Amino acid sequence: MFNSPFLAETGAIAQFTGRFFREGFRPRYEVREFLYQCFVVGYQSLPMVGITGFIMGLVLTLQSRPTMAQFGAESWIPTMVGLTIIREMGPIITALIFAGKIGSSIGAELGSMRVTEQIDAMEVSGTNPFKYLVVTRVLATTLMLPLLTVLADAIGLYASYVGINFKGVTSLALFTNNVLSGLTFADVLPAFFKTFFFGFAVGIIGCYKGYYADKGTAGVGAAANSAVVVSSLLIFILDLLAVQVTSLMGFN
Amino acid sequence: MKTLTEPAPPPAPTGSAEVVLTLEHIAKSFGDNHVLQDFSLNLHRGENVVVLGKSGSGKSVLVKCIIGLLKADSGRITVLGQDVGTLGHEAMDQLRAKLGFLFQSNALYDSMTVRENLLFPLRRQWLADRRGQEKEMVQQALEDVGLGDTAEKMPAELSGGQRKRIALARTLILRPEIILYDEPTTGLDPITAREISGLIREVQQKYQTAAFVISHDMDSVRLVADRVALLADGRCYAQGTYAELAKHEDPRVHAFFI
Ligand SMILES: Nc1ncnc2c1ncn2[C@@H]1O[C@H](COP(=O)(O)OP(=O)(O)O)[C@@H](O)[C@H]1O
Ligand SMILES: [Mg+2]
Repeated sequence: MFNSPFLAETGAIAQFTGRFFREGFRPRYEVREFLYQCFVVGYQSLPMVGITGFIMGLVLTLQSRPTMAQFGAESWIPTMVGLTIIREMGPIITALIFAGKIGSSIGAELGSMRVTEQIDAMEVSGTNPFKYLVVTRVLATTLMLPLLTVLADAIGLYASYVGINFKGVTSLALFTNNVLSGLTFADVLPAFFKTFFFGFAVGIIGCYKGYYADKGTAGVGAAANSAVVVSSLLIFILDLLAVQVTSLMGFN
Repeated sequence: MKTLTEPAPPPAPTGSAEVVLTLEHIAKSFGDNHVLQDFSLNLHRGENVVVLGKSGSGKSVLVKCIIGLLKADSGRITVLGQDVGTLGHEAMDQLRAKLGFLFQSNALYDSMTVRENLLFPLRRQWLADRRGQEKEMVQQALEDVGLGDTAEKMPAELSGGQRKRIALARTLILRPEIILYDEPTTGLDPITAREISGLIREVQQKYQTAAFVISHDMDSVRLVADRVALLADGRCYAQGTYAELAKHEDPRVHAFFI
C-alpha cells in the first residue's frame, strides 16, 4: 500500500510543487515568457469558455423554469440561476474546460520538448528550464483562470437573461437587480478564491506530466492525457475542500 | 562546399598545448547498469578528439556528464580549469557559454524560427558587451554553417542535414572554446555526413575551438580526428591517432577499422 504508484505519484507532485515555491520567487524572473503565456493561456481558452458559459446559463434557466413555474416562483429564476452560476457552475465548468484545453496543451508541449531534448538544450544554453517553462506557465494558469471564470459567469448570466425572455419579458435592469439582491460577499468571494487553486492545479499537473514525460512519442500522448484526467479530478477534490472550508468559516 | 574563407592554420597542436578538458576516473551507473567505470582522457586547446564506441557503450552519458546534464558518480571533470562537480548553478551557466553542446537529436526549439533558435542562447547568456550586435551575430553563425538564407524558416521545414547545421550554428553563436558533438553524422546520408565532418574541421580552424566528438562513423572519424579514443567496458580502452589505431593489434580496436 505504501509504495503504491498512486502514493509515489502524489509524493512526486508534492515535490514538484515544493520546487515551484522554492525556485519560482527567486530571480531571475522570466517576465516576458510569463506575459506571453498569460496571453496564450487566456486567448486559447476564450472561445470555449465563452460558448460553454453561454450554454450553461441558457440551459439552467430553461430547465428550471417548469419546476419554478409549478411553485409559482418564476420571478425567482434570476436569483436562483445567478447563485448557481456564481457559486458553483461557473467556476467548475470553466475549470474543467480549462483543464481540457490548457492542461492537455501544456502536457503535450512540455512532453514533446522533454522527448526531443529541448528542455536539456535550454539548460545547456544557460537557462533554468524549470523557471522558464514551469514557473511561467503555472503562474499564468493561476492568474488567468479566475479572469476567465468571471467572464464565463458574466456570459452565463447574460444567457440566463436571454433565456428568461424566451417566455415573458424582463428588462435587463430588473434581471440584474434580482441577481444582485440574492448575492452576498460570502457567495462571491469564496467562489472567486477557489478558482486560483483550480488554475494552479491545472498548471502544476500539466507541467509535471510534461516535464517528466516518458521518452518516445507515446510519452507525449500519455502526458497530455493524464494531465487532463488528473487535473480534472483534482479540481473536484479542491471544490469539495472549498465547500468544507467555507462552511467551517461560517460563510454558508 | 566552401563556407569559410580564412586560410587554414597549421595542423592542430597536441601534446604541448594547454589542456582545456580533463576527465579523471569518471564513473557513472544507472542501478546495476555500470555504464562508465573508470574513464580518463584529456583534450587540448584547438584539438579534435573523437571518442569511438559501440552503440549503448555510454558515449552520450559521458558527454552529458561533461555538460552537467548528468552528474558523474565519482571522478573529476575539469573544464577550462574549473571542476564541474563543485560549480553552483550560476557558475555552471557561465561556463556553459564557453562549452558548446551539439545534441544527437539536434534539439532545435520547434516552436521557434531558426533566428529565434539562435537568439535564444545569445539572449540568455549575460553578454552585455554584445548588445545590439545580435542581428549580425545570427547572420554570421548562419553563414558559418552555409545556411545564410534560412533565418525565417521553422526547423520542421528543414532537411536533416540542414537541421544539424542550424544546431551547430546555435552552438557556435556563443563562440565556445570547446564544442561537444554527440554523434554529429549519425542518421545522415553519406554525402551530408561528409559535409558535416568538413564543417567540424572548418569550425576548428576558423575559431580554434577544441572539439570532443562522439562517433561511430569511421569515415567521419578519419576526417575529423586529431586523436581517437576508444570507449569500451566503461573505460578509455585505447587511444592514438587514426593511423595508429587502424594498425592496432587488439581485435576489439581493430574491429572498428574494417
Ligand atoms: N537517464 C538514464 N537512465 C537510465 N539509464 C540510462 C540513462 N541514460 C542512458 N542510460 C543507459 O546507459 C547506457 C548507455 O547509453 P548511451 O550513453 O545513450 O549510449 P551511446 O553510447 O549509444 O550514446 C544504455 O544502456 C542506457 O540504457
Ligand atoms: Mg548516444
